[in-house]
Amino acid sequence: MDAQADLWWLIGACGLGTYLWRGLGIALSGRLSLDSEWFRWTACVAYAMVAGLIMRIILMPTGMLAATPLEDRLLACAAALVAFYATRRNLFAGVVAGAGTLVALSYLRAAL
Amino acid sequence: MSATSFPSESAAFRGGAREALGVPAAVLGAGFVGYGSLAGEHGYSIAQVVVATAAIWALPGQLILIEMNAVGASALAIIAAVAMSGARFLPMTMTLTPVLRDARYGPGTLYPAAQLVSMTTWAAAMQGSPGIAAAWRVPYFVGFGAACLATSAICAAAGFLLAGALPPLVRLGFVFLAPVYFFVILIGDARTRLAAVALGCGAIAGPLFHLVSPQWSVLGAGFAGGTLAYFLQRMHGRAS
Repeated sequence: MDAQADLWWLIGACGLGTYLWRGLGIALSGRLSLDSEWFRWTACVAYAMVAGLIMRIILMPTGMLAATPLEDRLLACAAALVAFYATRRNLFAGVVAGAGTLVALSYLRAAL
Repeated sequence: MSATSFPSESAAFRGGAREALGVPAAVLGAGFVGYGSLAGEHGYSIAQVVVATAAIWALPGQLILIEMNAVGASALAIIAAVAMSGARFLPMTMTLTPVLRDARYGPGTLYPAAQLVSMTTWAAAMQGSPGIAAAWRVPYFVGFGAACLATSAICAAAGFLLAGALPPLVRLGFVFLAPVYFFVILIGDARTRLAAVALGCGAIAGPLFHLVSPQWSVLGAGFAGGTLAYFLQRMHGRAS
């Protein structure tokens, strides 16, 4: 149960860490230029961090996704993008197509 | 053109909530169903899924917490990475505050309301607020944000329960929802050059850093990829 207690603390601390920016934004509104280099840099770091994590999950997943072949996950991502653009940028369609493709491919592999 | 007005504060709140319970809630819902499934897969309880959604209220940060915890990163590294991933909220809240500000709502309302700022609620408020009379913008925003957060928490709990009840093959699809959701959002979102360069650098740096150190890969790839993207962008800006 130690891991569970640790997870509760982590959730709380991560919540606070995220809120700091929101609260600070009110305090600083109108006092700081939004056009600063610092903002551009933090935007780059935040984008890179999320993109890096998502690519890592797709290429080298942990948990049950690790049992799927890499080519299946890449095909599923491609299907998601095709569906997204084919439906005039409907995120919902893209997500369903991506997850559905992965399930279908895994089903076929198990059946064959 | 006159701005939309409401008879009362609660009517403005309901107006915001009604607006949220359409496309915004459906899109968020898909992401959070995936989040709940993934979190369940990684040993979260249903209460933790719901509380993390309300407390962090930023899907990228919530994913970072799951994944870094799974590879055994230190608490300090996890908190630093999640907090850093939330840095986008600073400029967002800074630009939203003057739009919402009204004499009737002081810091006692604004600071708690800031927790509701997310990519979805910020974009909707920046776009929609000019069409709403200034006096009703805060309750409208709070209604919109609260409906988004409540829907997301319910969907996360549903994803948790569904993934637990479904056969492994279908569960696989649910666990894959959140990564594919961000994959599509990030590629669809890379419309500014700054975002595209940063996304590209991060996408390459993430897996590379993971090979070196899984525990530090999110932070390392973010700082290295992001800083590289920043300087690439600056050099390009000077040259042209």
